[in-house]
Amino acid sequence: MAFAAFSSSKPKGFSKPTKSGKVAIALLAPGLAYLGVFFLTPLIALIMVSLQAPDPDGFIGDYVAAFEFNNYFVVVSDYFPQMMRSFGYALAATVLALVISYPLAYFIGVKARPYPLLQKLMLTLVIAPFFISFLLRTLAWKQIFSNESWIVTTLQQLGLLESDQYVVGTPFMVIFGLTYNFIPFMTLPLYTSLERLDTRYLEAGSDLYASPSKVFRKVTIPLSMPGIISGTLLTFIPIAGDYINASGDFLGSSSTAMIGNVIESNYLISNDYPAASALSVLLMGAILILVAGYVKKSGTEDLL
Amino acid sequence: MNQNLPEDPQLREMVKAALAHKVTRRAVLGGAVATSAAALLAACAPSDKPKLTPATDVSDSDPTLIWSNWSLYVDIDDNGNYPTLEKFKSETGITVTYREDFDDNDSYYGKVKDQLALGQDIGADITCPTSWMAARWINQGTVQTFDDANLPNKKNLQPAYLGEAYDPERTMSLPYQGILAGFAYDKKAYKDATGKEAPAVIEDLWNPALKGRIGVLSEMRDTVGIVLMSQGVSIGDANSLTEDAFMTAIEVIEQQVTSGQIARIKGNSYKDDLVNGDTIAAIAWSGDIIQLNAEAGYDRFGFVLPESGGTISADCFVIPMGATHKKNAEKLMNFYYDPYNAAVLAAYVNYITPVMGAKEEAIKLDPALAENQLIFPSEEFLSLTQGFRALDGKEEQAFTKAFQKIKLGA
Repeated sequence: MAFAAFSSSKPKGFSKPTKSGKVAIALLAPGLAYLGVFFLTPLIALIMVSLQAPDPDGFIGDYVAAFEFNNYFVVVSDYFPQMMRSFGYALAATVLALVISYPLAYFIGVKARPYPLLQKLMLTLVIAPFFISFLLRTLAWKQIFSNESWIVTTLQQLGLLESDQYVVGTPFMVIFGLTYNFIPFMTLPLYTSLERLDTRYLEAGSDLYASPSKVFRKVTIPLSMPGIISGTLLTFIPIAGDYINASGDFLGSSSTAMIGNVIESNYLISNDYPAASALSVLLMGAILILVAGYVKKSGTEDLL
Repeated sequence: MNQNLPEDPQLREMVKAALAHKVTRRAVLGGAVATSAAALLAACAPSDKPKLTPATDVSDSDPTLIWSNWSLYVDIDDNGNYPTLEKFKSETGITVTYREDFDDNDSYYGKVKDQLALGQDIGADITCPTSWMAARWINQGTVQTFDDANLPNKKNLQPAYLGEAYDPERTMSLPYQGILAGFAYDKKAYKDATGKEAPAVIEDLWNPALKGRIGVLSEMRDTVGIVLMSQGVSIGDANSLTEDAFMTAIEVIEQQVTSGQIARIKGNSYKDDLVNGDTIAAIAWSGDIIQLNAEAGYDRFGFVLPESGGTISADCFVIPMGATHKKNAEKLMNFYYDPYNAAVLAAYVNYITPVMGAKEEAIKLDPALAENQLIFPSEEFLSLTQGFRALDGKEEQAFTKAFQKIKLGA
């Protein structure tokens, strides 16, 4: 699991188990049972629902078991723009979160090392927003950037926005909200790996006439790679499926709908459960493929 | 064993299905997953639905009632009390728990549909879905039939509300308030932007001077209904309102959304956009506009029916199968069908009252109120309105989906 990346030090001298057998299976059983009941069963149910066909003489929302593979083609052709938009937004927000979080985590984990109190205080500040419901925080941002707010009127007076242009409902606002809401998920894994960064490596690098930027590229980044990988995964995956920030009730509008909004609308309003399930399965599959490719490319398979 | 089953209906069915399988040791070892998956599928698959039976009525021993309703939909005083409900209590001894948790037909349905379908308590003895949703519940057989002996005031129902295909005699659904949708506009801002006094036809909303300042309702039947009527379709008639006609209207709306003319597709919250000036003209509900003017303190907003006509519908009292206080619920409906009580209610909520005689009572209360065409419309005024016809399951699915796609920007 990606969470293994939180602990950057691996237990040493842990040899491959040589004896497999009944004991191992018995010890594994609870975990396997858990996965079977709470992961596999819902997944199978989801796939079954995604293949259902409408009941010909039923009411809205009545479906019968079938193997309607066509559902998948229909949802892809119907909602392809929203799918692409989801991954685009997720990518943008993840990159932004990384760019903002890295210096922050570096400061807390490396520069603030001599001051444990400051370190703890800053970590608390990173987590503090979580004490308030994220719905409320998101709504607060909507207020701050509302059409009549001073930020927007100032931007309009400065000519940065046309007089009929606003902020809420634009892709900028949605990506902003996504970045803001998921930054701690990026900062904390980065912090755990930077906190253990051995600064003597950095000294050695500069002793060998490497410029600070070269030390950063050749030493700091590779050593903090586990944090970068787990941080990006922990932000990218939930952002791709997020439906709060992009919703018209929060920061988005009909032109920013993401795949989560499509699933919500199909499930709760159109009562089209097969379409919603097919989209969920596709989202899961797409994320799995993207993440597998990413992890393989970055050469950290051992994290998974 | 049975009394230990979980509350949640879906879970309960799963557990029942699992218990029905004889569990052998081999099944446990070999196929725990398969068994639970089978149980789940059994619960999800639409079984042959048995006819539901009403829950036992405990009204005689328990003078309470839970009423789920839309927000701002009953009179309330400055202290947060509901005067008509207090009057109801002093007359009948029944304590009403009033909940404003009905925020949207679809989301409320999504919340309670499993309990409804199994005839279980949905957490409310009486609730007020819009007529098309009430029709869905009636067709599914999930609501109780009224006992007219407890409803002597039902005779006061305006005859216009009788004869609906889903409930011609109003034996399972009774209108609470009639709802009119038409054009709302900010009088001054509209004139400043367009030079005209008021919008009259739908093309007035597509005026480029109002780009980005137009809102429409997220209630499909009102928004698409008004556009359909502007195209000469009579929305109450199945021969006129065909799937092709509907999709033509959808295209018009989609075009206006894509071009940025329509900036917002919203439910109740469109009111905020009118108040803060983001929206200048909108497809809106009449009662809201009267309330907004009352809050503004002057006639800031106007409401007109389009020349081609507006839509009319009603929110209807229904008693779900699982409700255990049916008689109390009937007494509540009877109470609001008294013309005086209906007039008091109308004076606050500002929607069309379906109760005959309420106007006469309103004249005594407040003559200006009784003159208001939006609360007590004349025959002539009502002849400009049409109700959206009933849809079968397939149509409803296709229409809802097409309208939702506009909201999702596809």
